[in-house]
Amino acid sequence: MMVNRVKCLLVAAFTMLSLTFSNILIAQEHEGETSHEEMVHEEGVKEEGENKFDAKEVIFGHVMDAHEFHFYSYKGSDGEEHHATIPLPVILYSPQKGLSTFMSSKFHHGHEEVDGYRLVENKIVPVDPSVQVYDLSLTRNVVQMFIALAILVWLMTGVAKRYREGQGVTTAPKGFQNAVEPVIAFIRDEVAKPNIGHKYKKFMPYLLTVFFFILINNIFGLIPGSANVTGNIAFTAVLGVLSFLVINLNGNKHYWGHIMNPPVPFGIKFIMVPVEILSIFTKAFALIIRLFANMLAGHIIIICLISLIFIFSAISKGVGVGFAPVSVAFASFIYIIEVLIAFIQAYIFTNLTAVFIGQAVEETHHGEDDHHQAPTEPVII
Amino acid sequence: MELLTPSLGLLFWTLLAFLIVFFILRKFAWKPILGSLGEREKAIADSLESAKRVRAEMAQLKSENEELMAKAREERSAMLKEARETKDRIINEAKEQAKIEASKVVAEAQQAIHAQKMAAITEVKNQLGKLVVEVSEKVLRKELATQEAQEAHIKGMVGEVKLN
Repeated sequence: MMVNRVKCLLVAAFTMLSLTFSNILIAQEHEGETSHEEMVHEEGVKEEGENKFDAKEVIFGHVMDAHEFHFYSYKGSDGEEHHATIPLPVILYSPQKGLSTFMSSKFHHGHEEVDGYRLVENKIVPVDPSVQVYDLSLTRNVVQMFIALAILVWLMTGVAKRYREGQGVTTAPKGFQNAVEPVIAFIRDEVAKPNIGHKYKKFMPYLLTVFFFILINNIFGLIPGSANVTGNIAFTAVLGVLSFLVINLNGNKHYWGHIMNPPVPFGIKFIMVPVEILSIFTKAFALIIRLFANMLAGHIIIICLISLIFIFSAISKGVGVGFAPVSVAFASFIYIIEVLIAFIQAYIFTNLTAVFIGQAVEETHHGEDDHHQAPTEPVII
Repeated sequence: MELLTPSLGLLFWTLLAFLIVFFILRKFAWKPILGSLGEREKAIADSLESAKRVRAEMAQLKSENEELMAKAREERSAMLKEARETKDRIINEAKEQAKIEASKVVAEAQQAIHAQKMAAITEVKNQLGKLVVEVSEKVLRKELATQEAQEAHIKGMVGEVKLN
């Protein structure tokens, strides 16, 4: 019930916003293509008059991966353009040239070549087109993910240590244990147990890891100026593929039997078997796209709303200033929803994985299934 | 379109990070946490169960106690009743006894009085007889002091005796 209400709210909010701003954004994108190449952050300094604001650049600069943490650009007293960035290590492997590692600052924002590589629109390309290169750089997504995961591991092992010392076993849990414990119990009692059944214990580590992995990266992605890790398809693809493997490697005879020999009349089997086989892949694919699109959309909406201020002030400074409170109010609203979505998407990914695992390990037919499904009125934390 | 093409580097690092985090957390976090949670839940369930059992036992004990109390109360009233009856009986018996004793004493006393009265009467009679004899002796002694009187008397008595 809670989920439905939240969904309704979200749908309403997104519909309203997309209706209100889609026209402006499309218009701006076209306009933006012709404008000057210049990255302006929401905290950034906006030069008035001469430089047109490029919304597309800003938006994609934020949601895409990059080889540095870029905070803002400014024009110094010498007239040169300066960028406030944290450079990150670049790791490249090419069968022809071998391994090369250097800091991304060596590129000087695409102005210089390093080891025969150039930085073109945040992508490293070899100067010689015949050279093949594998980019294993620690990009800002990777670095931020590592930081988030280090914190996750630190938090969780800290909590686990307390449990191992007996705190929370014979006595009441304390401090951060109280925050983590209900979430773990929720995953176990509301996600794993109802969907998977009595074999749930085997899958608990995977489900918990996926949930917290997504959650911590979602939350870190909400920090202003941070990278959009969970809104990157590579990130969600890894989780989706892992879920795909977990689901299908644990599929029992009943599960594969249902796919290869569905209980339908003979003639329909020719249609149903390909559909069923396709459904194996669509499940994982849907997981990948759902998380990716949700997180990406949230980030894009916030940055669009902030960009509106600069788009309007490019038309007239007064309009821009006048629109700022409206824009900030909407952005704050979406931001709060994004916090909610950070949890909801982690929950949905975990829950659907559990549902699919449940289908794969389900023993008997639908009778049992109904029995398992009956008490699962999902409840948001 | 660039948004939808996953980059190799991020794929690789994400997979590596996920697997490392998965194995670390599985061994060092989820296992102890889930174990402890299960243990605690079991302990709570057990203590609830035992509390329920104890409560049932207490209720049983209470009902037993009440039964005992009721029985004791009944017994007490029975004993009291009995005691009262015994008391009444004893009192009555004592009264009867006393009455009997009293009447016996009275009877004995009457008997004694009678006997003493008789004795006294006998005594009086004896004394009287003795006195009469003494008086008669004295009288006779006086009357028969002389020889002639004795003879006259004998004569008189002889005269009275008629030899038929």
